[in-house]
Amino acid sequence: MDKLNIMIVGVGGQGTLLASRILGTIAFKMNYDVKVSEVHGMSQRGGSVVTYIKYGTKIYSPLIEKGEADIILAFEKLEALRWTEYLNNDGMMIINEQEIAPMPIITGTAKYPSDIINIIKQKYKNIFTLDALKIAKQCGNLKAVNIVLLGVMAAKTAIAKQIWDEAIRETVPAKVLNVNIEAFNAGYQAI
Amino acid sequence: MKRLMLGNEAAARGAYEAGATVAAAYPGTPSTEITEYMAKYDEVYAEWSPNEKVALEVAIGGSLGGARSICSMKHVGLNVAADPLFTVSYTGVNGGLVLIVADDPGMHSSQNEQDSRHYARAAKVPMLEPSDSQECLDYVKQAFEISESFDCPVIVRLSTRIAHSQSAVETGERADYKIKDYNKDFTKYVMMPAMARRRHIEVEKRMLALQDYSEKSNLNSIEWGNKKIGVITSGIAYQYAKDAFGDVSYLKIGMVYPIPEKLIAEFTSEVETLYVVEELEPFFEDYIKKIGIKVIGKEVLPLTGELSAQLIKEKILGVKQEVNEQLVENIPVRPPVMCPGCPHRGMHYVLNKLKLNVTGDIGCYTLGALPPTESMDTCICMGASIGTAHGMEKARGSEFAQKTVAVIGDSTFIHSGITGLIDVVYNKGNSTVLILDNSITAMTGHQPNPTTGYTIKGEVTKQIDLVKLANATGVERVRVADPFDIKEFERIVKEEIAAAEPSVIISKSPCALSKDVKFEGALKINQEKCKRCKRCLALGCPAIVNKGDFVEIDEALCVGCMLCTQVCSFQAFEDIAEKAGAKNG
Repeated sequence: MDKLNIMIVGVGGQGTLLASRILGTIAFKMNYDVKVSEVHGMSQRGGSVVTYIKYGTKIYSPLIEKGEADIILAFEKLEALRWTEYLNNDGMMIINEQEIAPMPIITGTAKYPSDIINIIKQKYKNIFTLDALKIAKQCGNLKAVNIVLLGVMAAKTAIAKQIWDEAIRETVPAKVLNVNIEAFNAGYQAI
Repeated sequence: MKRLMLGNEAAARGAYEAGATVAAAYPGTPSTEITEYMAKYDEVYAEWSPNEKVALEVAIGGSLGGARSICSMKHVGLNVAADPLFTVSYTGVNGGLVLIVADDPGMHSSQNEQDSRHYARAAKVPMLEPSDSQECLDYVKQAFEISESFDCPVIVRLSTRIAHSQSAVETGERADYKIKDYNKDFTKYVMMPAMARRRHIEVEKRMLALQDYSEKSNLNSIEWGNKKIGVITSGIAYQYAKDAFGDVSYLKIGMVYPIPEKLIAEFTSEVETLYVVEELEPFFEDYIKKIGIKVIGKEVLPLTGELSAQLIKEKILGVKQEVNEQLVENIPVRPPVMCPGCPHRGMHYVLNKLKLNVTGDIGCYTLGALPPTESMDTCICMGASIGTAHGMEKARGSEFAQKTVAVIGDSTFIHSGITGLIDVVYNKGNSTVLILDNSITAMTGHQPNPTTGYTIKGEVTKQIDLVKLANATGVERVRVADPFDIKEFERIVKEEIAAAEPSVIISKSPCALSKDVKFEGALKINQEKCKRCKRCLALGCPAIVNKGDFVEIDEALCVGCMLCTQVCSFQAFEDIAEKAGAKNG
């Protein structure tokens, strides 16, 4: 491949930053030019967050725009729906089925849309879904949802598993490394 | 060796490699990590200052003391630090002095999107603007050289997409920088009128020399391509322009002030159509037009928000990217929220219940302005809550004051709230001020501050006593309240707003994200006991989910702060029997 545009979308606090750093490290190991654009600060407090990771021979803009994403990792179902426009027509989306209610739903001014997965699948072909929260819980750490989803991505892309393994070991803090390796493997075998 | 670095990390690395030994800042997105990375270098003294003005003064002291010194802030922080900036421009420096300012086009985490380039011109100091992480490192290093060569502070301007993007960086060795001698010279460093008049003349000479430097500097470069289109651009806008235009000719400006006039003229003379691609203000454009060159810029590009490659293509080249439509209309928005277990939630609940007028401030608690608590009426800038409440009282009388509170976090109070409180006491106001003391600067990612008890380097230090501080200003009614005890909190607020004198309520409870805060773990709702009154939803807790016909707890989010048990009249919130599985390990 000569380029790869990956987006991570989710809710602030779900560990999207760590996932993006692992993906950045992988690009580097594969000798791509890479840019990772993160969101820090206010929107991290439970808001809708998006991270862009771009691999290529030479990357200028760090942003991925509508219709340009090859892969979207959606950490939450409503966020998957929100960002589908960014997926290119042949793009792949990996969706964690977890639902996190945003404030307009808590206050009753909006409803959580029903049937999100089917709506997305009707339009896009490469959609994979799983309950990553359940898998993370089984691995012993609810926060490992991010690594479970990376495991799924690893299984669905041509990047060597060895590279994933190295990148995780270099990026994840030592005290939670084992549970994250377990979560990665569980995600790898999930679909 | 090359490695991936955040723009902010690379900027810090640049200062380190330049031999800097003093770094001071007040945290502010998107600039915060610069100083966090500076603090990781053992050779560097780093500090969180109480505000940006003090931070710049510390860096000025570092510079006059002979050390290479750096000060970082977000764009609005430069407003606070503007006073020393404008005069250190006159005095010049001893050791190199670099100020990094991070703008926030698009306002990802800010209250306005002012363009800091205007400060360079107004304060008559040079400004550089990198376009990726490597340039963050290189430009900061070069900024120190310029600072010492031209005897002036140098501003390096970043924007969110530079500060918070990672790209490849080749690092170098740290320079063996010898601290310069300290020489007293009141004609240069004491800015009384007679000296300042002479220094202003020096400043104007310096600007001419810098103009000449800018014309020849490697910071400004021409990339010749197809000459039908010429693009003048800088910073992140350069990256967007490269993607949008491809093979055309570019004048990439790395030194945004002084602007290289001759270079622009030379570039312009060889291209057919000239565009200026810059985010926010027409800074280059106004200048280019002033020197009589025809250029297209803001008549097609927006003055607001961020640019992007697709936006440039659409507005300038008329090429609109075909995109898929939204699959569903009106997707519910997801604004940021206060975390589960946040101590601010109980406070906002009480303010909403009492239907008070609330002048607000800047921090996580600003989120309380949104539904359902809607308990904040104003938010202007750091520290504004107290002065605003005082002004409202003077406009509308003491009866209004008895229905009004000012709400301000501990860090913001130290930053610039204390002066407002002094004003209330001095000018005989009756304001009630709620200081939300979680003893950390939370919104920007948990930086310690004078209320925390330790420094940026993790060293134990004195912890400021907010009660004594408030007392010392002349406030006699100072109470400490627990925001997790809603009834008592409400009683205290009622008593203090009724008092015909100024009062301070310190709402004391640590941030829910602090490492030493341990809650009991998720609760559940007993659906048999729950009467569906939905009163708990008024807390605006992301873990209490409205399912339409019923309410349930999101176990993955709930930490077990127990606030909801206090607003429920039916004891419907209960412990989960098996808690082990729900705990985050």
